[in-house]
Amino acid sequence: MTAPSDPIFTLPRGVRLKWDAVRACHVLLGPERALMLDDIGHAIMTELDGASRVSDIAARLAARFSAPVDVVQPDVADFLAGLHAKRLLEAR
Amino acid sequence: MMPNPPIAMLAELTHRCPLACAYCSNPLDLIAAKQELDTETWARVFAEAAALGVLQIHLSGGEPAARRDLERLMAAASGAGLYTNLITSGIGLTRARLEALVDAGMDHIQLSLQGTNAAVADRVGGYKGGFDRKMALAEAIADLGIPLTLNAVMHRQNLDDLPATIEMAVRLGARRIEVACVQFQGWALKNRSALQPTRAQVTCAKEIVADATERLSGVLAVDFVPPDYYADYPKACMGGWGSTGLNVAPDGRVLPCHAAEIIPGLTFPNVRETGLAAIWNDSAAFNAFRGTDWLPDACKSCARVTRDFGGCRCQAMALAGDPFAMDPVCRHSPHRAKVDALLAAEGRNEWEYRMMPARKV
Ligand code: SF4
Ligand code: SF4
Repeated sequence: MTAPSDPIFTLPRGVRLKWDAVRACHVLLGPERALMLDDIGHAIMTELDGASRVSDIAARLAARFSAPVDVVQPDVADFLAGLHAKRLLEAR
Repeated sequence: MMPNPPIAMLAELTHRCPLACAYCSNPLDLIAAKQELDTETWARVFAEAAALGVLQIHLSGGEPAARRDLERLMAAASGAGLYTNLITSGIGLTRARLEALVDAGMDHIQLSLQGTNAAVADRVGGYKGGFDRKMALAEAIADLGIPLTLNAVMHRQNLDDLPATIEMAVRLGARRIEVACVQFQGWALKNRSALQPTRAQVTCAKEIVADATERLSGVLAVDFVPPDYYADYPKACMGGWGSTGLNVAPDGRVLPCHAAEIIPGLTFPNVRETGLAAIWNDSAAFNAFRGTDWLPDACKSCARVTRDFGGCRCQAMALAGDPFAMDPVCRHSPHRAKVDALLAAEGRNEWEYRMMPARKV
């Protein structure tokens, strides 16, 4: 099953963001996984609101970081698809 | 130099277990119930772990459900801010207990699978009726929406059932399956010759895993732990000894690895006497094989050293009789011939069941 072309990604139960005070960074926690997020990764994750498509998120981040959307969108899509393949996100 | 903080902690709440798996990797000397840490001590250890930087806790055993205070332990671990994973055979859990565990903050369950049908599973686990109870529990887990990983320990006797095992994971709604070939530690070492897969099985399993990974992308994540002995190079020891994780035994001793007891000369500090941070940062056991300075020269000058850190210390001890040796699985090891001889010789089909001391009488 591959994700639809411009999916809505959501965090499933059992996967969550946490501020790691010891390492002073944001982490994504899931079964057997702890991913340290950089600022961009964290910015993408906090855009997951259950309603936005990848293109919506890319547009908002492009505006926020004053970057061209056609540069931002592939990065956002790759990042989220990678997490989806690891079953850390749901897609619809 | 201060080591990086640990990411994961395995809390072996008890060695008690209703199953008697032939592949059990727990030590040969099991810890009795009366020596187990009490609820309050575990709760303190969980809080110390979180403060030290542990992000994930695995509540394990033996069978953790054998602890009647499991729900309170779960609440303490979750309350400390840890991501909580319950590693269970399912025996001793009920729907009501599952609900209580969810209320206590359980994030995830890892359910072990001994086989895909009652005949095989109950033979491997040495527990009649275990399979049916496990399936009933798996349904309750799915019904309650609890994130599930199926943990299939594979060996010669069941590796041919791998496709059925993967299909079962999908049917049970698991998000992840861990296909782990038996690691020969603890009890499993006794049964190595009956459990060691054949080379043909391993090759076939790799293909099945590759196909499933692709076909089930987004449905089921497949993690495969291939058997060591057939590899040319060893696996890294959990990202390096004392670098990512720690184990707390039922009696409170803290080990860098659950099999570390076979290494002579190491003494393991106990959380009853020493704080977890001091154990992690300063104890001789945790510093014994940190970094690469202690390694033989052949490893130090090898390009793979930062990947595998010379491999598994317990395997070096078990097969080469020297915990400082390079892992005998390595092609460069002077002991590699022993590993090959073992592979050629294994062929027995019986095994010895894991017995709790009390069940021997
Ligand atoms: S020493 Fe061996 S058994 Fe222990 S954690 Fe490392 S690889 Fe695993
Ligand atoms: S020589 Fe040492 S470092 Fe190199 S692959 Fe073998 S065990 Fe690993």
